[in-house]
Amino acid sequence: MTAAPPTAPLPTAPAPEAAVAALQSVELAYGTVRALRGIDLEVHRGEAVGLIGPDGAGKTSTLRILAGLQRPTAGEARLFQLPIWPNRRRLQRRLGYLAQRFALYGDLTVEENIRFFALLLGVANWRLRAEALLERVGLLPFRHRLADQLSGGMKQKLALVCSLLHSPEILLLDEPTAGVDPVTRREFWRLLADLLAEGLTLLVATPYLDEAERCTRVLLLHSGRVLADAPPRRLRSLLPGSIVEISGSPRQTLRAALATLPQLQDVQPFAAGYHARTTDPTPDLEAISRALTAAGVTVHTCKPVPASLEDTFLALTATPRRAPQGDP
Amino acid sequence: MSATPAVVASELTRRFGSFVAVDRVSFQVAAGEIFGFLGSNGAGKTTTIRMLCGLLAPSRGFASVLGLDVARDARALRHRIGYMSQRFSLYSDLTVAENLAFWGAAYGLSGARLEQRIAWALAAAELEDRHRTLVGALPAGFHQRLALVAALLHEPSVVFLDEPTSGVDPDMRRRFWDLIDTLAAAGTTVFVTTHYLDEAERCHRVALMHAGRLLALDTVAALKGKFAAGTVLEIHCEQPARALGVLERVEGVMDAALFGETLHLVLDHPGRGEQVLAHLQGAGFTSVRATPTAATLEEAVIHTIKSLGPREAGALAPGAAPWGEVGP
Repeated sequence: MTAAPPTAPLPTAPAPEAAVAALQSVELAYGTVRALRGIDLEVHRGEAVGLIGPDGAGKTSTLRILAGLQRPTAGEARLFQLPIWPNRRRLQRRLGYLAQRFALYGDLTVEENIRFFALLLGVANWRLRAEALLERVGLLPFRHRLADQLSGGMKQKLALVCSLLHSPEILLLDEPTAGVDPVTRREFWRLLADLLAEGLTLLVATPYLDEAERCTRVLLLHSGRVLADAPPRRLRSLLPGSIVEISGSPRQTLRAALATLPQLQDVQPFAAGYHARTTDPTPDLEAISRALTAAGVTVHTCKPVPASLEDTFLALTATPRRAPQGDP
Repeated sequence: MSATPAVVASELTRRFGSFVAVDRVSFQVAAGEIFGFLGSNGAGKTTTIRMLCGLLAPSRGFASVLGLDVARDARALRHRIGYMSQRFSLYSDLTVAENLAFWGAAYGLSGARLEQRIAWALAAAELEDRHRTLVGALPAGFHQRLALVAALLHEPSVVFLDEPTSGVDPDMRRRFWDLIDTLAAAGTTVFVTTHYLDEAERCHRVALMHAGRLLALDTVAALKGKFAAGTVLEIHCEQPARALGVLERVEGVMDAALFGETLHLVLDHPGRGEQVLAHLQGAGFTSVRATPTAATLEEAVIHTIKSLGPREAGALAPGAAPWGEVGP
C-alpha cells in the first residue's frame, strides 16, 4: 500500500459499551517458565484483534486463558464482564475456540463431525446453521466425505464451521490458516467478515503478517508482554527509522557491501534487491549510493519505501543475531 | 546469471488416471534465480517438483534440470539437486550432528569433505551450539533450517523447497530467507513453493499454478502492475464488514476484501469509482472515502484466478466445489 493517509478516527465499536473480553495484568507461569508477564487487553464487540509475535511470545497462552482452558497465575481475566475461570463452563457456551491442532475425527464424515460437535456443545437446531455455514465455505458438496479425505484447507474450514455451530459471540482462533493456500485463506476471511458484520468479536493469533492486516487492531506480543497495541497501519508507523529499497549488480557484491554499511540495520532480500532499515527517518540516499558504487556495485535503485508490518515486527522484536534463544 | 537455464519445462504433463495434475506447463528458470511457485493445494506444484527431481515420470512433455533430462538421467540428477519436501525426513531421535552425518553419507560424502560440509551446515543453520541436541527437541524454526542445510550438504546447483517455512515464525522465516539469498547470490538456483505471499515477494520471479495449469509467470512487481491506475481502491467507511456485502453485489466490482477498518476493491475500469461510492451512499453509508492504492500480491493472485471464468476456475459459483481444492 502506498502513502496511506493518516488514520481518521473511524467508527468501530461504540465506545461506552463494556469490553467483551478484558485482561488485566494477567500472568501465567508453567513451573519456572513465565509464559505471560502481565498482559493488558481490552476487546470490544465487533472488533477483529490480531495477536502477533514470535513463537513463545504468549499468543496461545492468552487465547487459552480467554477460552477458560487455563487459569491465570495472577491478574484478572473477564469475558462478558464475568471472571473467566470460575464461570468457564457457562462462558464456553458463548465462545468459540479453534485450536492450532483441532481434532476432527478422520473416520467420520463432514456431517458426522458436525453432529458430534453439535451434541458436545449442546446445540439443538444445528442442521440449518450447519448447512448455511458449509455452503458459505463451499463444503456443502463434501458433507458425506470422510474428514481424513479432505485437503488441509478444507479441514480448517470444517473446523471453523464446528467452532461456529453454537453461534458464539466471541471467536478465538489460534493460527487458523497455517499451511492454508491464499485462495482458501481468502474464503476463510470472507466468512469471518460476514460474522463480524453480524457483531461477532474475533481474536486471532497468526504468524502471517498479511493476515494481521485484516484485523482492526493488532497486539504485538513479545516474551509474555504486550509490546504494541494499535491498528495495523499505525503499528507500521512505529518502525524505528525507515526502509530503503536497494537493488544493483552484481548481486553478490551488493550483498557483501550492504553488510558493511553502518547506517543499515537490517538487510533483507526482497525480489531482485534488498530492503534495508536505517535508524535515520530521512536517510541520506546519496551517501548509500556512493558507498555502494565505491564498493563496485552498479546501483539500479535506492529509494525509500513504506514499511511493511513485517519490517516493524522484526525491528520491534529484534533479537541479537546468533544469540542463544530459549526453546518455547 | 549464465545463459543456460537451470530448469526447463516444456509442455510438462502428468496424469493420474483421468485426472490431469499438471497440464502442459512450460517455463524456464535461470541459474541463481529464486523462483517462487504459487498456487492452491492441489494446483500441481508438488507434482511438478517431483517430476523435476526425477521422482515421478512425466506423462507427456519434457523437462530438464542442469541440462539433464529428468526422465532419462534421474540418477545423475539426484547428486546435483537438493530437495526439501513438505514433510522432510529428519530423525527426531538422532542429534543434529548425527542427522547431518546420516544425510551426508546418503549423498555420498565421506571423510574430510563430510566433516567440512557438516561444519558448514551447522554454521549456516546457526546450530553450532546445538549440534548435540536431539532433533525432536529443536524448536520448529530450527527444524526447517536443519532440513534445508541437510538438503544442501552435497552442494547441489539447484534446490527444490516445497513449503519450507510453513508454521515458522516471522523472525525464523526471515533468517531462513537470508540463507536462501546467500545461496542464490553464490549461484545456486532456488525453486520454492509457498503460501505466504509476503514471502513470495522475496522471489525474483513467481509462477502461479491453478488446476494443473500455469496461469502467470512474472516478477511480483509486474504481476501487481497489471491493474490499470485507479482500479484498485481503498475504501474508508463506517461498518466496513457490512459494506463488504453491499459492494460485492455492485456491477464492476471484480474483487472486494476486508482489511481491518478499510476495504480493498478491484474495479473493472477506473471510471467505476464514482458509481461504486454512490451505491454505498445509497445503501446508507455516510462517511465514505476512497483512495487509489496499489494492488497487493494476494489481489493479483485472486484476480488472475477469477479472470479464468467460473468453469475453468473450478468453483467460484456458489455450491460448486471450493476453488483451490482440486480433488479426485
